[in-house]
Amino acid sequence: MDKWEDNKAWFLVLPVFVIVAFSAIIPLMTVVNYSLQDIWGPGQRVFVGAEWFKETLSDHRLHDALWRQFLFSGMVLLIEIPLGIMIALAMPKRGWGVSASLVTLALPLLIPWNVIGTIWIIFTRPDIGLFGAAINGLNITFDHTSSPLDAWITLMFMEVWHWTPLVALLAYSGLRAIPEAYFQAAKIDGASAWATFRYIQLPKMRGVLTIAILLRFMDSFLIYAEPFVLTGGGPGNSTTFLSIYLVKIAVGQFDLGPAAAFSLIYFVIILLFSWLFYQALQNVGKGEKNG
Amino acid sequence: MKIRKRTFGLALYFGLLLLPIYWMLNMSLRTNADILGVFSLYPTDITFGNYIKIFTDKSWYSGYINSIIYVSMNTAISLSVALPAAYAFSRYRFLGDKHLFFWLLTNRMAPAAVFLLPFFQLYSTFGLIDTHIAVALAHCLFNVPLAVWILEGFMSGIPREIDETAFIDGFGFPSFFIIIFIPLIRAGVGVTAFFCFMFSWVELLFARTLTVTDAKPIAAIMTRTVSATGLDWGLLSAAGILTIVPGALVIWFVRNHLAKGFAMGRV
Amino acid sequence: MANIELNEIAHSYLSKPEDEADYALKRIHTVWEDGGAYALLGPSGCGKTTLLNVISGLLTPSQGRVLYNGKDVTALSPEKRNIAQVFQFPVLYDTMTVSDNLAFPLRNRGVPKNDITRRVDEVAEILDLTSFLKKKAAGLTADAKQKVSLGRGLVRSDVAAILFDEPLTVIDPHLKWRLRRSLKQIHEQLKLTLIYVTHDQMEALTFAEKVVVMYDGDIVQIGTPQELFEYPEHRFVGYFIGSPGMNFLECAVDGDMARVDAMGIKADGIKLDSPTAALARQATGKLELGIRPMYLQLSAEPVKHGVEAQIKLVEDQGSCKIVSLSLAGKTVRARLPEGKPVPGGKVWLVFPQQKIRLFDDGRLINKTY
Repeated sequence: MDKWEDNKAWFLVLPVFVIVAFSAIIPLMTVVNYSLQDIWGPGQRVFVGAEWFKETLSDHRLHDALWRQFLFSGMVLLIEIPLGIMIALAMPKRGWGVSASLVTLALPLLIPWNVIGTIWIIFTRPDIGLFGAAINGLNITFDHTSSPLDAWITLMFMEVWHWTPLVALLAYSGLRAIPEAYFQAAKIDGASAWATFRYIQLPKMRGVLTIAILLRFMDSFLIYAEPFVLTGGGPGNSTTFLSIYLVKIAVGQFDLGPAAAFSLIYFVIILLFSWLFYQALQNVGKGEKNG
Repeated sequence: MKIRKRTFGLALYFGLLLLPIYWMLNMSLRTNADILGVFSLYPTDITFGNYIKIFTDKSWYSGYINSIIYVSMNTAISLSVALPAAYAFSRYRFLGDKHLFFWLLTNRMAPAAVFLLPFFQLYSTFGLIDTHIAVALAHCLFNVPLAVWILEGFMSGIPREIDETAFIDGFGFPSFFIIIFIPLIRAGVGVTAFFCFMFSWVELLFARTLTVTDAKPIAAIMTRTVSATGLDWGLLSAAGILTIVPGALVIWFVRNHLAKGFAMGRV
Repeated sequence: MANIELNEIAHSYLSKPEDEADYALKRIHTVWEDGGAYALLGPSGCGKTTLLNVISGLLTPSQGRVLYNGKDVTALSPEKRNIAQVFQFPVLYDTMTVSDNLAFPLRNRGVPKNDITRRVDEVAEILDLTSFLKKKAAGLTADAKQKVSLGRGLVRSDVAAILFDEPLTVIDPHLKWRLRRSLKQIHEQLKLTLIYVTHDQMEALTFAEKVVVMYDGDIVQIGTPQELFEYPEHRFVGYFIGSPGMNFLECAVDGDMARVDAMGIKADGIKLDSPTAALARQATGKLELGIRPMYLQLSAEPVKHGVEAQIKLVEDQGSCKIVSLSLAGKTVRARLPEGKPVPGGKVWLVFPQQKIRLFDDGRLINKTY
C-alpha cells in the first residue's frame, strides 16, 4: 500500500516534534557542551576537547560496570523471553480467565520502580522476609547485603518477576492474532506441539518479539531505581550497573564533564545494540510478511 | 490432561507473581514492633494504623495527589499530540519521516540519568521546577514516542478507503478525525493510555529531580520518610500497597479494551 | 481411501443444548462412497463447515458416530484419521520453502527420507509447482499458495479423503476455473474421495459427481446435479439451485386440475397427469406446485391447457430472457432462450405435465424416475 505523499503531514507531527525536542534536544546539547569542558563552578570552565572521552574510555571501573551490564541484560533476555512465551502459551484464550490473567500480569508493571525494590527488600530480608526466611530455613545462608552472588540472584529474581509479564503480554497479543485455521492445518498435518510452535506460533510472533526484545534490552540496560533501592550497587561494586555508576559520578561527585562524556558513550552503545538487534531480527524473517 | 498441566503451571506462576505483593500487604497490616518481633505468614493482629497515618498526614497523602495529577496530565498530553502524529506516520510519506520516527524512538533509549542535570537547569530557566507540568512534560520524552509507535500500529490496521470515503463525503480533517477515525481505534487508544499511565506512574528519577515539595510524587516521599522514621516497615509497606492501588484500578477499567487490543494483535 | 459413514450425527456448540435450534447439525445419517467427488452445498450458516470439521475430526460431534471403512473413528484426531483439509485462506508454514511445506506432513509421520523426496516431486509435478520448490512459501501468489495447501494433503499416498472448505474464496476469478480443473484432473488421476464445501452452486455443479445440499443443519438432498435440478426433494433445493430458482405456487387439487386461485382471483386450472393428481389428492399438508422457469412455455394466443397470465417485466440477461408474470396475483418467472420473441401484455402459460413437481409441506411427492 503506497502512502500519500504530502509534506503538509508535518503539521500533524509538529506538536510531537516540539514537545519531544524541548525535552530532548536542548538537554542533549547541554550534555555535549559539558562533555567538552571542565567545569569547577558557575562561570568557571575550560574547553578540554576529547579529554573526558579519553578518560572515560580508559576508566576500568566503567569497563567493569559495562561488562556487568552486558551480563545482566544478556541474562535478562535469556530468561525473560522464553519464560514470557511459555506463559503466553499457557494463558486461556477465552472466558473470564483472559481478563483475570491480563490484570494479574499487568500488576507488577504498574508498581513504581523504587517500590519494586522496597517490595523485594521486605520479601528477601532474612529477618522479616518470606523468601529470605524460607531460604535460611533450609540451612542455606542467604544475604543479599553481604554476598555478591546472593545480591545477583535476588536482583535477577526481582527483574524477572518485574518484567516477564511485559514479554508475556506482548507474546500473548501476537499469539491471539494467529487465525484458527493454522492450528487446524497443523493438527491435520500431524504436527507435534513443538512443530506447531516452531513453524506457526514462533514465526507469527516475530513482530511482537522484536518489540519485546528491544524494549527489554533497552530498559534492562538502563536499569537504575530497582538495584539502587535493593542493593545500592553493592556489596562492593558487584551490582553497580552503568546508570548507578553514572549517577554516582554526576550527582555524587558532581563531575559534570566526565559524567556527560560517559552519558554520550552510554547512549551510543544502546543505540548501536538496539539497531543491531533490530536489523538481525528483521533479517531472520526476510521475505516474510505478518498476516 | 495436557491442558490441566498447563493451567496448573499458570496458576503456580500467578501465585508466585502475587506472593511478594501479598507479603507487603501482610506487613502493611501489622505494627512495626509486631513485624520485627514475630515471623508470621499472615497478620494475626490486624491493624489499619499505618493506613490511617498516611491518610491523615498531609505530607503523605499529598504525594498521591501529586502523582495522580502529573500522570493524568502526561497521559492527556501524550495522547493528544501522538494521535495526529501517528496518523501522519501511518498515512503519509513526507520529508524526513523515517528519520523522524527513528529519532523519536531513540529518546525512548536515552538513559534517564544522562538528562537529569540538564533537565534540572532547563526547567529552572523556565521557572517550572516543582510544578506538576514539569514532570508531565519530562515524561513526554519517553511516553510520546511510545504512544506514536503503538497508535501507528493500530491506525495502519484501518483501511485507507475509510478516510477517502469520508473526505469525499465532505468531512474536513478535524471532524473526520474526531468523529470517525478515533472511535475506530478506541481499543488502541485504551491500550496506549494504559501504557502512558503505567510508564509515567512508575518513573521516579525525573519526578524526584524536578520536584521539591509542592509536586513531590508519592514514590519519592516514601524514600525520604523511610530514612527519617528509621525504617518503619509497616508504614513503608502500607505506602507501597497504596502506590499499587491506582494502577490496579486503571487496569481494571481498561481490561476489556486491553483484551480487545491484544486480540487485534497490535500492541 | 475410505468409505465414510456418518451415523446419527448431531452437534451443538453449546454445552447444554435445549431444543432443536441449539443444534448446528440436527441429525445427519449418510454415507460418502470411496472415490466420490462430493460437493457440500448450502447457504452461509447452514452447518457445512461444522459437518466438514466433524468428518475431519477437528470437531467431536455431540452425538453419533463417524465410521471410516466401517471402523469407528469418532474419538480419533484428524492426524490419526489420515485426512487432509484445505481451508478458505491458504495456510502455509511461512518460514519454510515450498518443498519443506509439502514434506511437512510426511516428516511428522516419520516417513523415510527417500520416499519423502519422491512423493514431494510427484505431487509438485501434478500441481505444476516444480519450479517453485526451492522458493519460500510466503512469497507465492494466492493460487499457488492454495495449491501448496492442497499438495500437503496429496503427498500422503494413503490419505482417506481430502476436504475443501470454500478453497477458492480468495482466488481471482480467472484463476478459479484453472484451479478447479486441476482439482478434477487430480480426482480422475488419483481416485481420491473429495468433499468440497461451497455456497456457490456453479462451483458445486461443475465440480462434483454428487452434490449434498444442506439447509439449517440438515442434509436435504444428495444427488447428481441433474437429479437436483429435475427432482428437488425439498422446496429449498428447488429454490436454491438454478437461476432463477424454481417457481412455487400454492395450490389445491380438483380432479386432475391444480387450482392456484388466491385472494379471490380466479385463474385457469393447471392440468396434471392422473398419477400425479392421485398423489396430490392424498397430500395432508400445504400443497405447492413447482416448475423450473426454463420449462414454462409462453403463447400469445389461447392454447389447450394454457393458463392466462400478465407480463410484468422482461429482463434481458444476454444468453436468455427472464420474464416475470403475474398469475392470480402471484409472481411466476419464465426463462426464454435468446432470440425468441416475447409477446406483450396478456399471455397463456403452458405447464408441461412431466415437468410439474408437487410438494407436500416442502417435500417432493411425485418423484417418478
